[in-house]
Amino acid sequence: MTAYIGKRLLAAVPVILGLSIIVFLVMKLIPGDPAQALLGSYATPENVERINRALGLDRSWPEQYVIWIGNLLQGDFGRSYILNRPVIDEVLERFGATLILAGASLIICSVLGILAGIVSAVRQFGWTDRIVTFFVLIGISMPAFFLGLVLILLFAVQWRLLPASGMYAVYGGGDLPDLLRHLILPAGTLAIVATGVVARLTRAAMLEVLRQDFIRTARAKGLSENAVIYRHAFRAALVSIIPVIGIQAGFVLGGAVYIETVFQWPGLGQMLVKAVSTRDLLLVQGGVLVAATLYVLVNLLADVAQALLDPRLKA
Amino acid sequence: MTDMALSAPAPRKRRSNWQLLMANRLAAAGLFIFGFIVVLAVLAPALPLPNPDITDQPNRLLPPFADGHLLGTDHLGRDILSRLIWGTQVSLIVGVSATALAAIFGSLIGLVAGYARGATDSVLMRFVDMLMAFPYILLAIAIVAALGPGLLNALYAIAIVNIPFFARNIRGVTVSIRNREFVDAARLSGKSHPAILFTEVLPNVLPVIVITMSTTVGWMILETAGLSFLGLGAQPPTSDLGSMLGQARAQLFTAPHASIIPGIMIFVLVMSINLLGDGIRDVLDPRLRSGALDRPMPVTKIDRKTKPANEIEDAPALVVENLSTGFDDGRSIAPAVRDISFRLRKGECLGLIGESGSGKSVTALSLMGLVASPPGVITAGGVYIEGREVLGLPEHALIALRGARVAYVFQDPLTTLHPLFRVGEQIAEAILVHESVGRTHANRRAVELMETVGIRDAGSRANAYPHELSGGQRQRIGIAMALANDPDIIIADEPTTALDVTVQAKILELLHDLRRQRGLALLLITHDFGVVAQVCDRVAVMKDGEIVEQGETSKVLRNPQHDYTKRLIACVPELGEGQAFLDRVRPLFEGAGA
Repeated sequence: MTAYIGKRLLAAVPVILGLSIIVFLVMKLIPGDPAQALLGSYATPENVERINRALGLDRSWPEQYVIWIGNLLQGDFGRSYILNRPVIDEVLERFGATLILAGASLIICSVLGILAGIVSAVRQFGWTDRIVTFFVLIGISMPAFFLGLVLILLFAVQWRLLPASGMYAVYGGGDLPDLLRHLILPAGTLAIVATGVVARLTRAAMLEVLRQDFIRTARAKGLSENAVIYRHAFRAALVSIIPVIGIQAGFVLGGAVYIETVFQWPGLGQMLVKAVSTRDLLLVQGGVLVAATLYVLVNLLADVAQALLDPRLKA
Repeated sequence: MTDMALSAPAPRKRRSNWQLLMANRLAAAGLFIFGFIVVLAVLAPALPLPNPDITDQPNRLLPPFADGHLLGTDHLGRDILSRLIWGTQVSLIVGVSATALAAIFGSLIGLVAGYARGATDSVLMRFVDMLMAFPYILLAIAIVAALGPGLLNALYAIAIVNIPFFARNIRGVTVSIRNREFVDAARLSGKSHPAILFTEVLPNVLPVIVITMSTTVGWMILETAGLSFLGLGAQPPTSDLGSMLGQARAQLFTAPHASIIPGIMIFVLVMSINLLGDGIRDVLDPRLRSGALDRPMPVTKIDRKTKPANEIEDAPALVVENLSTGFDDGRSIAPAVRDISFRLRKGECLGLIGESGSGKSVTALSLMGLVASPPGVITAGGVYIEGREVLGLPEHALIALRGARVAYVFQDPLTTLHPLFRVGEQIAEAILVHESVGRTHANRRAVELMETVGIRDAGSRANAYPHELSGGQRQRIGIAMALANDPDIIIADEPTTALDVTVQAKILELLHDLRRQRGLALLLITHDFGVVAQVCDRVAVMKDGEIVEQGETSKVLRNPQHDYTKRLIACVPELGEGQAFLDRVRPLFEGAGA
């Protein structure tokens, strides 16, 4: 198993390098000359040349990339001019908040989605199945940002049950119960829209597995229907459900951008949106790289979990 | 299970794609709503709407149903209904354009990669994989950050991040098509690669492109609206549904309608597209249909017009009387097994022989209600174990007999053993279902059973997974599992068909010995008269779902009554017979149409 994990970790390195190349190339898409943009009306040819040399922009792209990635590896993501602090500090500070939000959503949507998927497969075409299918459809068609607003209107404005925004109460908050109270709405919103896909694929995976020969064997042994479904069928279906959860990790990380904006959650997503509006490109670059790396690592975890479940994959 | 595949429902009269789509009520509803929205958006210039951009400060934030403003006004006093319809138009155009761009570039990458293979394929697909390694809204944001906020840039960003989906799907199909005969023919006729790609491959890939488009366009509308909501897409004065919502958000508490109306519009639009998209996918590629597979019930559906007697006197271990099983195709029940009767004593072996499709597996599975249902239905007859009718028992009572009194050995042990459980565990589980002994005790018994069926080094092999064993060993595990609860009856459904000849002989020998040692009643299903001759006391010959001849093996072999039996017997070749075999067999098939 350790060998397998080592192999997967090694395989993640080129992927992360690839991510950095794409981010690097995207930043090269920027129209106009950065030196000119920086200097504004002071952009005499001499000044432009001096800045270009100072920023290393006179070198070839591969050279620039190598220098850039070297800096990243030393933790130097550059400096945010708008916030006037190192990018890495800002990113790491907000990283935790996003991790809490996205993590909670991922857990909720996995548990709910798998349960709903199993129930709707087992009660195929029954009313539970119809209800689940209906909610799945709503989930995948509902814009997360709109659902968030509706939930704020209901739970924070109408019923005054939960706080509408932020991560902690301004006065007297800061402990875990306070955090959880603030977490319910944003994490719930994100989970609701993410549950649909998990439920749909769980249902399909369960139905697929229930037709397999080894399920007939389980029945021929005299196993109860519950054991057939929850032990034999679910175990086999889980192998194809786990990668879906890996993909949903990307969905909640991306969806966090909307949710954090709607709920004023002080995470990476909110930071990114502000950074794009202020064109704080180094901050965008840092935030996207860190989030994408996290996503790669979560998928790596999903791979390992899948291999743990299915001994055939370790070979 | 080949028998089942052959007796699957007959193909219905083909309906056109359009009829199929309309028959799906949800898809039809989706099409109707989507069509309505599109017509409204297209007609926007012709509708008697106020100018969506004219501000009217005194009349700001009017509620819905206000005079002259059906849906009220926004924070600048602009008419929400008018803005909604114009905004829908923008959202639709942007979403559809993004889909078209992603489809064109993604499909092109997929076609080229799949057709060229080799280095081109690797390079292109690695790049696509890299794009997919991003949580994709973040990549879109990075692209918008670089290009600058704006509707067109948001459109490009969403199109770019969706290219991988198309590239992957299309490449997969292209790879499977490029080696087909018609492509080879085109290549030999001297057509250039681009010509082949666009005239031969593309038309066959088109349905996949349409499916991918129809299932992603809703998503893309959602995402472009999202970017606009964040202020990264449409910039004033242009507005789409997302930016309407984004701007109204500041007045969420005082004028919620200004946020809710565009939000509902996005939701309804996307939902109608998703319904339609699912419908299109189901029509164009029924195999992709999610959950179209029926879930088999724990016990075959039993629908007998007349109930057989509950008990019969002086019955041997197994009696099957007038059993009929069919498959329900939704309109009628196509019979697979008709009016089957046979008896099986303790210690006896009955061979059930016939070609694939003759109904022998369905017969075997019917005995314990294991025919997948739907579509299977047992329509008549009774199955008696020790004189007691079992198909009429309550579900739990029938399930309790499975594995305990009547055990099965199936054909292909690679697919019939659970791939994710250790083989020892699987045998122990069979014990634990019927007996409340400890797990350690069950495990020990499992190892003993493995020794009984001739697995060497059973203690350590018990920890192996099925894929780690050879075919013969796997089938021994299957037999050990069947023996776990000392059953009276073992039903072996083609237990040696998936195995090598030498292994076949050993497995048959094992079954034979076990039957004699334990006094088992063995129902052996096979298509091979050689096997029957070797181990069966009696034989029943099945053809087209009926038993055509039944009797002692030696008598049937010596003096077969039915033509079909004669043919089956003749079909067992002898070593060194050569051409003489064909000469001998040929006359038997003349006029038989087989």
